[in-house]
Order: sequence, then structure tokens, then C-alpha cells
Amino acid sequence: MTVIERPLVETVRRPLGGGRRLAMPQWIAAAPFFLYVGIFLLLPTAIVVSGAFIDSAGLSLANFATMNQRFVINAFLNSVLLSATSAIIGAVFGALLAYAVATGNPNGAFRRLVSSACGVLAQFGGVTLAFAFIATIGGAGFITLWLQQHGMNIYANGVWLYQLRGLVLVYIYFQIPLMVLVFLPALDGIRPQWREATESLGGGTWHYWRYVAGPLLAPAFLGGTLLLFANAFSAYATAAALVNQGSIIASLLIANTLTSEVGLANPGIASAFALVMVVIVAVVMVLYTLLQQRTARWLQ
Amino acid sequence: MSRNRRLKLQIFRLAVFVLLGAFFLIPIGAMFEFSTRGVTEDAPRTLNAWLTIAQTPDLVAAILASLGLAVLTSLGMLVLLVPTMIWVRLRLPHLSRVIEFLCLLPLTIPAIVLVAGLAPIYLWMNLNISDSILTLAFVYLVLVLPYAYRALYTGLAAIDVKTLAEAARSLGASWITVMMRVIVPNMPVAILNACLLSVAVVLGEFTIANLLNYVNLQVAIALAGRANATVSIAVAVASLLFAFILLVILSFFGRPRARVAPDAPGLPYPGAAGGGMR
Amino acid sequence: MTTAVAAAGVGTAARAGVEIRLENLRRRYGAVTALDGLTLTLAPGELVALLGPSGCGKTTALRLLAGLEEADGGRVVIGGHDVTGLPANKRDTGMVFQAYSLFPHMTAWENVAFGLQMRKIGAADRRRRAMETLELVGLGGFGNRYAHQMSGGQQQRVALARALAIRPKVLLLDEPLSALDAKVRARLRDEIRRVQLEVGITTLFVTHDQEEALAIADRVGVMQSGRLEQLGPPTTIYARPATPFVAEFVGLTNKLSGDVRGGAVEVRGTRIPLVQSDVPDGPAVALIRPEAVTLTSSAETSAGPLVGTVIATAFLGATSRVTVDLGDVTVLAQLATSEATSHPAGTRVQLALRADPVLIARETSGATPA
Repeated sequence: MTVIERPLVETVRRPLGGGRRLAMPQWIAAAPFFLYVGIFLLLPTAIVVSGAFIDSAGLSLANFATMNQRFVINAFLNSVLLSATSAIIGAVFGALLAYAVATGNPNGAFRRLVSSACGVLAQFGGVTLAFAFIATIGGAGFITLWLQQHGMNIYANGVWLYQLRGLVLVYIYFQIPLMVLVFLPALDGIRPQWREATESLGGGTWHYWRYVAGPLLAPAFLGGTLLLFANAFSAYATAAALVNQGSIIASLLIANTLTSEVGLANPGIASAFALVMVVIVAVVMVLYTLLQQRTARWLQ
Repeated sequence: MSRNRRLKLQIFRLAVFVLLGAFFLIPIGAMFEFSTRGVTEDAPRTLNAWLTIAQTPDLVAAILASLGLAVLTSLGMLVLLVPTMIWVRLRLPHLSRVIEFLCLLPLTIPAIVLVAGLAPIYLWMNLNISDSILTLAFVYLVLVLPYAYRALYTGLAAIDVKTLAEAARSLGASWITVMMRVIVPNMPVAILNACLLSVAVVLGEFTIANLLNYVNLQVAIALAGRANATVSIAVAVASLLFAFILLVILSFFGRPRARVAPDAPGLPYPGAAGGGMR
Repeated sequence: MTTAVAAAGVGTAARAGVEIRLENLRRRYGAVTALDGLTLTLAPGELVALLGPSGCGKTTALRLLAGLEEADGGRVVIGGHDVTGLPANKRDTGMVFQAYSLFPHMTAWENVAFGLQMRKIGAADRRRRAMETLELVGLGGFGNRYAHQMSGGQQQRVALARALAIRPKVLLLDEPLSALDAKVRARLRDEIRRVQLEVGITTLFVTHDQEEALAIADRVGVMQSGRLEQLGPPTTIYARPATPFVAEFVGLTNKLSGDVRGGAVEVRGTRIPLVQSDVPDGPAVALIRPEAVTLTSSAETSAGPLVGTVIATAFLGATSRVTVDLGDVTVLAQLATSEATSHPAGTRVQLALRADPVLIARETSGATPA
């Protein structure tokens, strides 16, 4: 019976169900997505990568020759310095703030407020942030004027807000909240039982931090610092709004090489710089992801 | 916990909140202060700068352009991402890693790098299709991918998509009906989150617009800053307030649920490299 | 064999258990009284289980003993020493938590060795003792595993080993089985008891699972609202509950309405003596164990206050629980399975109530049938 029935059902079903539609591969539905991402994400990336290796004479490494020049090396070194400093300071203060939040009531309104504010402030940057600091400690800034009235001058040794030091201070403003956002989940993963187990096994606060909480949080802290580094390294808008001239950091250098107003624009060289930047950021992000996975295993 | 330790902890917390609270609030307060200054140092407080915004056609045009971009980008994001993600979850699970990778990729490619590759593409588009500022929506959609992807992923992870779809299919629903009438209505918060995040990213975008020579909101603020600092700071405060309201709405809707998802993908948080406003 | 050898290794150094006294312990959290003057003495080597619903104060008692909370009043005495003012890390207690208490970045043996490290014991010694203790709990080959590489049951064994490795004066078990599934739970329960007896350590075991408490403990203390309702051997707790709360919390109970007169209660024509002496005459609800109900076949036509129809039989292994519908109430009877099979669902049966003394439920009015 069954042997006869099967083919019958099949032959009946085929025209009804629309054999042609079944034949269409299912990935077709995902094709628009791949096409779109291909054109507006992968193609520009490919243009950057290939552009870095092509100059007027065809395939060449000439674009990278510029990397030797003093101002290029300085821009990249400055970027590393700025990113590392703002990442470390941001990570330390962010971790402290996260700890202060995590030790409060986990369902309290205050915690909700702080984490919401961090969500907003971590996204806060660019022109608006630059202006906020100009309004605060710029030449006519609120703090600057107030201090002047009290006989103090924060710019006694020159105006540093528009230099690397100023950028560090301004970047910290979005680095701290970002650290809170990535570090808070790790702190929440720390179970109160671990502290109690440490105590009942004879350990004190020092032992707890040295042998239990410290090693457990180290990957999350290090990972957070790396993320902050990448975050600062690839930032452009804030610096562009704050620094009017010169290419003191890598992202400004790329922008200025790309669209130089005095006609020195060189897309090939800009692509080479961009490629170097993307490689650095990618390496940092891979390390970050690895550390994040370890954290997830310990502190889910 | 011993009472002594609890006291020390409370003092520590208070110190941290006060110090960092000052660091974060003073610049925002200073912007308000700055935007209400009079022309001279001892002139009385005035809202002139705020009123000037509406009388500056360039600013108004830029604001409208940015709002238009925000709407276009959000719509495009929904059309492109929602059906793809649902379909991949239902029928093409082997592609989910690829989709995730592609969606999170813009976090690793800084906007400043992307713009170097976009320049020739936009040059071609300007000549052959349109040179409207609204074409920026194409690339903004890429910028919002990571944020939108994570918001939608969280929403999808919270519902049993497969069972819902099987139930609907067994009742005779077509795949389109399954998506639009069964799955999408079950993730309103995720869709709202994805849209709000997209709007926030678009309104804060400066890098790409500036380097492709378009004047969006942020570029206009920067330009206005050269002419009249007070007005530009007033616009900056206004745009900040707007973004703040959007993101507060978002965080009150979204965060608690986000923590339910057991295996939210990859990079844990929006702020990561490249995207956003900076 | 291996276990025996390892046990000897631990056993030689293990001291005989010490006496533990909790004297009039009190603790409040804001408006909530968690402990309302708890007094409890554990004999050396004894395992006492504190049993009660959540919020009854059993966990608070354990945490006060561990030093993880500070008492508002009362004393904790371990082996003759008053430790009330000592912090947790000076008390020499070994504690096993509900779950997830292993340090996730340490292997099993590093976890077990942690307490020894706190006691400044040399690295080689530490490792040897940790391995021995892991053998004791039956995890000899698991020393190098991390928590995420072990099952929940294995993790709790490591936690037990970690608590025992420091040779504490007292072992504290805070619902150590509640996160495990039923089968593992029963096996680990017996394993904990075996190890506890081998080491001879005085143990306080906190649980909300009555079966667990009755199976493992020398004595069970049933708690409610921060007070000890009854303390006694498991058999007494079960068979002779001192208060209605204990009767209802431990084991299944039929609630049958009856009439109290002259120190006895008449339930559906059967006179049963009372445990309590202070029950006023009048209508009351008697608490009757399913084991005190027997049944015999009855003719279809017969009638009476204790004649009814079997409506369901739950097979529990050696015994079965039979549900009988008496028309106005249903009654549970627990009998040998061989006996229960002769009364399948639908048969008419005659019940009999054994005349063991019973308790009267607190809410004497409004006879709610069980």
C-alpha cells in the first residue's frame, strides 16, 4: 500500500506546491543583503586595499614609501600615544565607576540611570563633544573664566586644549562610559559566593582580590582597555572639530591626504595610511575578542 | 559583610560618583552657559543664539537633511536586515556566522578608512545617479549595521522563531505572512531599539559627510562654529538633547531585555571602534 | 578500595567532631525578623538538617554560624570557644554553597588547595592533600578539570572536597543539592552522608526539601518564622509531628473535618486521640497521614461515611498512593503496592483510620477538605 501511495502523493503535490518555487535556492532570499554589503562595505574596503598597492605606474609599494617620512611616523606615534593614554586612564576610571555601580542595588533606579547615561555618553563625541570642552576650558570657557577671576590660569604654559594633551582629556569623556558598558557585565558575573568561599576558607579581602577577583577580572579589564584603544585610534570627528590645522594624529593625516585643500590630495597614499590603520585596529579587536571569550567562559 | 567594610564601600562609591559626575556634567552645563551668553562679557543672559538657529537657512537645511537621512536609513535598515535575519534564522542557519561577521565588520573598519574607499563610488554616483545629500543614506546604512544587528538579534533570541514559524506554516501561512504577521509583531522593542540607534548614529555622523563634502547637521555645526560660536554651541546642545532623549528612551526599553539573551553575539557593546559620532 | 585508603589519609589527621552551640541567636533585616532567638546544640560528629520553607531563617542560621553575617544577639560556640565576634576567615568552617561557588579560573585541585594556601601550607603538601581529598569524594581523576568542564554534581563534589580539605571544625551545607537534577541529587546526598560519617565532622545541613532532610540527618530541625518548631530524629519528625505546621510541611497530610470532644476527635465515625491537649471542644480539622489510612474492598451497595470509590493510583515503587473519593472529600491512602493493585480505579472500597494520635489543624473553622 505505502509503496503505491507515495509516488501518487508526490505527483499530485508537485504542480500544486509549485515545483519551480521549490527549485529556487533558499539563499536567494539573503542575496539582497549580500549584494548591498558587497557594494557599500566590501567594495570600499577593497578599493582602499587595492588603492594602497597601486600608483600611477601600476602595482607598486610606492605608496608605503611615505610611511618613512617624519610627519607620518609622528602622526601614527601620536595616535598610539593618544589612544593608549586615553584607553588606560579611561579603563581605570571606568572600572572604578563600574565597581561603584555594581556594588549598589542591582535593580535600583540609580544603577539604571548611570548605565543609561553611560550608554548615551559612550556614543557622545565628535563636534558636539569638542564644543562642550571648548565651552568649558576653551579660551572663553566657563572654567577658564572662573579660574581667571580667582587668579589662576590653566593656560599659563600655552593653550593645550587643541593639542595632544587636550585630545586625551576630551577622549576620556567617551572612554570612561564605554569602559563601564563593557566592564559592568564582567563585574556582574562575579558571584558573591566566591567572596564568601574565600572567607570561609580563611582568606581576607587582600587574598580575595589577589587570587580570586583580580585574576577573574583581568581579561575583561585588559580586553576593555584594548577596545578603548581601538575606539580612540579610529576616532576622527572629535579631533577634526578640535584641531583646525595639521595632521597631528593618523586619522587627521588620512583625511588631509584624502582631501587636501591645496591640491596635494593623493588617494593612493591615503589608502596606504588607511590600510595601516585598519590593520592595527583589526589586530587589537581580534585580541579583544579573544579576551572577551575567556571572560564569557568564566563570568557568564 | 561587616559593617565597617560596608561603610568604607559607601564612602568609596560616593567619592566616585561625585568626582566623575562633575567631570561628566560640567562640560554639558558649560555648553548651556555658553549658548546663553550675551554679546559682551557683562551683557545679560539671552536666548538670542537659540533664536538665531531658525533664522539661519543653512542650519535649517542641514537639520532637515539629517532628519531625512535618519528616516531613510532606518527604513532601509529594516527592509534589508529584518527579513534577512529572520530568514537566516529559520532556513539558513549555516549562514548566520557570515551575516554576523559582515554586520559587525563596520566596527573594525573606521569610518575614516571607509571614506577613502567610498570616495570613488560616490564620485560615480554623483555623476550617474544623483548628488543629493540623501545618497549618504546608502553608506549610513552600513554604519548602523552593527548596532541594528545586535538590537534585532536580541529580539529574535528572546522568541522561539522556529516554533512560531512552524506553527504558522502548519496553519497554512505563507512565508511572507509568517514574517510580517507572526514574527515581526513579536519583536516590537527590538525593532524600536534598532531604529532609535540608527537615528542616533545618523544624527551624530560627521566624518563621512564632511569628507565627501556634504553638509549634514554635524558638519553645519562645525561650520557655524567658525562664524558664530554661540549659535553653533546652541545647535550642538539641541542635537545633544535630541540624541539624549532618543537614547534614554532606548535604554529604558532595551537594556534589561538585552541581558536576557544568553548568547548575544560578538562584540558586547555599541560603542566599539569606528562607528558612532566620533 | 581507593576511597578507603584516601579516607584513612584524611581520617588520621581529622579530629573527632566538636560540639557546636547556637545560643539564642537573633537577627533582623529591617522590619523582617529572620531569626527570633534560635538555640540549637549539635553533638560532636552529628549531622543536623535545618528544614523549612524559604524565609524561615534556616539559611540565616547557617550564615551566622559561618560568620558571613553578624548576629544582633546571642552566641555561637564552636568546640567550647566563643566565636561570635570572629570574622568568617578566622572561624575554621568549611562551607558548601548552593551552586557555582567554585573559582572558575582554577582547576579542581587548585580550588581544593586554595584554603590550604590561605593557611600557608607548602606547595607540595597542598597538592598532595588536595588530591587525597578529591579521592575521598570520588573524583580522583578530575584534578585538572575546570568548573565548566564538569557536571553540576561533580562541581558540588569538588566544593565538598574544598570545604573538607582545610580540616574544618564544622561543615556547613547550604542547599548543596538544590541546583541538581533528581537522580544526581539522591546519589550525591548519600555520598555526602558517607563522607561526613567517614570524616566524623559535625555538620549543619540546610534544605527546603523534606525528603533530603529526612534521608540524611541524625536529627532534623523544622523551622518557621525564625523559630525552631521541632527538633528530633527523622522518624519522630515524620511520625510524631509536634505542631500542625510540622505535620503539614513534612509529608503528605489528609485534612478531614471532625468533632473534638473530651480529648479526642471524631472523624467520620472514628474516634482518634489527640496529640495536643489544649484543643477546645467543637468542630475541627484533623491532620491524618496517608499511611494511617487502610482500605478493604466493599460491596457495591454498601454505604457509610468511609465508603468511597478509588479514582486514581500513583505508583511510587514499593508503595502506592491511592486516591479515594468519599463523595464530599477525597482521601489519600498509602499502601503496599501489592495491596494497592487489588483496588484498581473504579472499585468501591471501605476506608479505616488508624487510631494513632493526630494533630488538629490551626484553622479549626471552615473545614476545607484535602
